[in-house]
Amino acid sequence: MTSTRLDPRRLAALIHKESRQMWRDPATILMAFVLPVVMVLLYAYAVSLDLNQVPVGVVQECDSPSAQSLGAAFAGSRFFKVTPARDRRELEEDLIGGRLRGFVVIPQDLDRRLAAGGTQPLVQVITDGSQPNTASFVENYARSVVGLWQAQRGAAPTGGIALEPRFWYNPEVESRRFLLPGAIAIIMTMIGTLLTAMVVAREWERGTMEAMISTPVSVMEILIGKLLPYFGLALAATAICTLLSTLAFGVPMRGSWAALLMLSSAFLVPALGQGLVISSAAKNQFVAAQLALFSGFLPAFLLSGFIFEISSMPLPIRLLTYLLPARYFVACLQTVFLAGDVWSLFIPDTLAMLAIGCVFLLVARAKTRKSLDP
Amino acid sequence: MTPAGDLASPPPAVEILGVRKRFGATEALRGISASILPGRLTGLVGPDGAGKTTLMRLLAGLMDPSEGSIRVAGCDPVRERERIHTLTGYMPQRFGLYEDLTVADNLHLFAELRGLRSGDYQAVFQRLLAFTRLGPFTERLAGRLSGGMKQKLGLACALMARPQVLLLDEPGVGVDPVSRQDLWRMVHELTGEGMAVVWSTAYLDEAERCASVILLNEGRVEYDGPPRDLTRKLQGRSYLLRHPAEDRRAVLSRALELDSVCDGVIQGSSVRIVLRGESLPQAVEALAAAAGASLEPVAPRFEDAFVDLLGGHPGGGSALARRMPEAEDLGAVTVSCRDLTRRFGTFTATDQVSFQVRRGEIFGLLGPNGAGKSTTFKMLCGLLKPTSGRAQVMGLDLRTATSEAKGRLGYMAQKFSLYGLLSVRQNLEFSAGVYGLANSARRERIEEMVETFHLGPHLDAAPGDLPLGFKQRLALACALMHRPPVLFLDEPTSGVDPLTRREFWSHINGLVRKGVTVLVTTHFMEEAEYCDRVALMFQARVIALDTPDALKRTAAAGGLAEPTMEDAFIHLVEQVDAGLEAGGKEGRP
Repeated sequence: MTSTRLDPRRLAALIHKESRQMWRDPATILMAFVLPVVMVLLYAYAVSLDLNQVPVGVVQECDSPSAQSLGAAFAGSRFFKVTPARDRRELEEDLIGGRLRGFVVIPQDLDRRLAAGGTQPLVQVITDGSQPNTASFVENYARSVVGLWQAQRGAAPTGGIALEPRFWYNPEVESRRFLLPGAIAIIMTMIGTLLTAMVVAREWERGTMEAMISTPVSVMEILIGKLLPYFGLALAATAICTLLSTLAFGVPMRGSWAALLMLSSAFLVPALGQGLVISSAAKNQFVAAQLALFSGFLPAFLLSGFIFEISSMPLPIRLLTYLLPARYFVACLQTVFLAGDVWSLFIPDTLAMLAIGCVFLLVARAKTRKSLDP
Repeated sequence: MTPAGDLASPPPAVEILGVRKRFGATEALRGISASILPGRLTGLVGPDGAGKTTLMRLLAGLMDPSEGSIRVAGCDPVRERERIHTLTGYMPQRFGLYEDLTVADNLHLFAELRGLRSGDYQAVFQRLLAFTRLGPFTERLAGRLSGGMKQKLGLACALMARPQVLLLDEPGVGVDPVSRQDLWRMVHELTGEGMAVVWSTAYLDEAERCASVILLNEGRVEYDGPPRDLTRKLQGRSYLLRHPAEDRRAVLSRALELDSVCDGVIQGSSVRIVLRGESLPQAVEALAAAAGASLEPVAPRFEDAFVDLLGGHPGGGSALARRMPEAEDLGAVTVSCRDLTRRFGTFTATDQVSFQVRRGEIFGLLGPNGAGKSTTFKMLCGLLKPTSGRAQVMGLDLRTATSEAKGRLGYMAQKFSLYGLLSVRQNLEFSAGVYGLANSARRERIEEMVETFHLGPHLDAAPGDLPLGFKQRLALACALMHRPPVLFLDEPTSGVDPLTRREFWSHINGLVRKGVTVLVTTHFMEEAEYCDRVALMFQARVIALDTPDALKRTAAAGGLAEPTMEDAFIHLVEQVDAGLEAGGKEGRP
C-alpha cells in the first residue's frame, strides 16, 4: 500500500518543519515549558490534601481524672484544634455554622465504660457529613487518639491489639509528594493530546493541510511527522517537572530515570494517539480543544487516581478507569518517585498503556485520509 | 487510455466526464464535462459558489466525485491518488503556506515533500527565486509577506517538481495589480513550456486574459471555449453614451428600463450599454439624444457576454431609493479628513491621508489589500482613533462628537458582519434598536426594508444560510435602518457575482440621487468606474485623487491606447516607485 510508505527524507522534512514551528509558536512554548512550572508550583503550594489543625469540639461531660486525661490527649494532638465544652448544645451552633468540623463527646459514664473493658465505645464522634473527606478524617483520627491514649494508660483492652499506624513511602503523609508526580501525567496529557489535536486542527484551519495533502506525502508520514516532535517536547516537559519537583520541593526520586523515561514514553503513545484521533475528526481548533479537554484532560485529572483515589470510586467508574491510560501512568509515577523501580507493577501497566495507544493509533491511521471529503 | 481527438492536437491534459459532486442535500457540481489542453491557460470562471473550488479539488485528487470520471495527465485521481499528487501542482485558495516559517523553510519543505532530488536543489531554487523575484526575501517569515508575494511563493511551492498540470485556485484574490502582472507573466512562461495551467477566478477581467475559459454557474458549465469567441457574439451590441449632459445615473436608470437594453453600467463619466440580441439601437439613440450624450459603438467585453449569458441586468429601478426621503443637507462637504495618520507600533497603516467628499457623491478608496483603505474607513466611522490628524462627518468631529457622528452614518462592514446566531428578522430588529428607533417607527422601518429587499421568505433563516446576494441585501438594510445621510461601504461586493453586483449598485445609485453621500472601498479596480471620484491608496498613502476618467487619462499619457482602471493603477504605482529609492518597497504586508 502506498499510503503506508515511509520516505526518510520526507519524514525528516516534516519533522524539521514541525520543530521550527514549535519554536516559533508562543503557545507551544507556554504549554511545554511554562505550564509545567506553573503546575508544579500550584500543586506544591496551593493544592493540599493534608489536614492539620482541624477545628473540632471536645465535650467533656464529667470531670473524672481519666476524662480529663483523654480531653488533654485531644488537645495535644497536632491534627486537631480543640474547642473545649461542657455540653454538646454549646457546640451545635458552631458545627452548623461550619466553624467546627465535628466534635467528640466524652460521656459521663466514661469510667464505667473503661471498666467494662472495651465492649462499649468510649466516646461518641459527631462529624460534619457535608465534607465527607474531612468527616472521615476526623473520625479516624479521633479513634486513633483514643487508641493511643488507652495504650499509654497501659490499660489496653484485654484481647485488643495496640495499633501503631505507620505510613510507608510517604511517612509525613504529605500530599505534594504524590500530587507532583501525578502532575506529570496531567502535563503529558496536555501536550500529547491537547497540543497535538490543536496543531493538526490549525493546519486544517489555515489551509496548509490542503497544500500538504496535494503533494505525494503519505498519511503515515504526516502522522509520524506530527508524533515525533511532540513526543520529544513532552519528554522535555517531563524532565522539567521532575527536576523541579525533586530539587525544589523535596519529592524523593527513589526509582531510576530510565524507568521514568520508559513509563513516560509508553504513556505518550496513547496520549499522542488520542490527539491524532481527535484531530482526524475536529478540523477547527476550538472543537479540537474542547474534545481534548473532555476526553483527555478531565478524565486524566479526575479518574486517574491523581486526586481522587480509584479504590473509593463506585464500581462502574472504577471499571471505566481501566480504559484510561492516565490511570496506569499515575500509579507508576507515584511508585517510581516514592517507592522505587517496581517492575512487577511497571511491566503490566506499560503493556496496558501501549495496548490502548495502539488502538488509538490504528483509529487515527484509518480515519486520517488524504482527502477533503467530509 | 485517453481517447485522442483529432491527431493534430495533443491529447488533453485533463478530461472531465459527467462529473457530479454532492455534499449532503446540496449539489455543488451538476454534470460537468470539459477538457483542458496542455500548453495553455484555462480559466475556471464563475461567481462565488458556482463550484470552482470543488472542481479544483476533484482535479487535485483531494475529493472524489459522486458521479462521473476524471482523468488528469492520463491518471484517475480516485484510484491513482499518489500518482496524481506527483503529476499536479496545486495552490489552494488560502496559499497553503506555513506563515510561521521563512520563505526558504517553505520552499525546502515542499521540495522534500514533492521529492525533488537533492542534486537539483540549487538549480531549482535559483530558478524559482529568480522567476518569482523572491530572492531578497528568503529569510522573511511567509506571514510577513504581502498578498502578492505570498501568492508567488505559493506558486513556487506548487511548481517545485515540474508538474504537468498546475491548478491555481483564485490566485488573483488579494493581490495588488503589480504583483498580478507578475503572476500572469509567470503563468504564460509556464504554458509556453507545455504545462496545462488552470486558473480559477471570479474576476471577469482575469477570465478575459485566459486562452480558454470554462464558465461555471450554479454547478453547470455555461460556456467552454476561448473568451474571445463568447465576446465576439456580442459584436455590435455594446455602446458607450459618452458624457451625458444629464446626471449619468439617471440616464443609466432610464436605459435599463428599455426593452432593448440587456445590461448597463456606469463607466467613469459615461454609461455603458449592451443591447439584447436582435435588438435595434433606435431606442438607445433616442435616449442618448435626449440626454445630450454622444452614442459610440465600442468593443464588447467578456463581462458583457457573461451578463448576457446569465440573462441580463436585474433591472435599474431601486425600490429602496424610491422610499428614501431626500437626505438632510448640511452644506456641500459631508465627509472630510486632514492628515489622517494611524500607526500600529512601528507600522504606519495610513500616512497623512486628506480628502473631502461632497454631498451626493460616490467616493471610492481604491487599492490592494493592506494599502490602508479599511484603516482610513474605520477612522472616518469613529471605530478607530487616529494617531494624528482630523476627521469630520456632517460637520461633527469624530474625536469629540463620536456618537453624534455615528448616528449620521451607516456602515456596512467587510464580509457583511451579520449576527450568525440571530435570524434575519432579529438582525433587522437589532440594528433598528441600536439606532434608537422606537416601537412603531421600528416596526414600519423593518417592514419597509423587508419589502424593499424581498427578504420576506427568509425572515426566519440564519444569515449564514442565505445566498451571498441576500446577505449583502440584509447588510445594506441594517446599515440603512436609520436613514443616514452618509453611507460607508467596506468592500461591499467582494466575491459577489456580476448580476448581484449590478443590483447592489442600482440601490446605491438611487440613494446618491437622493443626496446620500457614499464612500466605498474596493480592491476591485473595475468597480472604481461607478465612483464620481477615486482616491488611489498604495502603501498607506493616497497616491492619486481624481475622477476615474482623469485617472485613466494619466495611463493613456503613458502610452496605452484604451487603459482600464487597473492599467491606470499600475502606471501610477510605477511612477511612485520610480520616485522612491528602491529597497524594501515590496516588503509591506
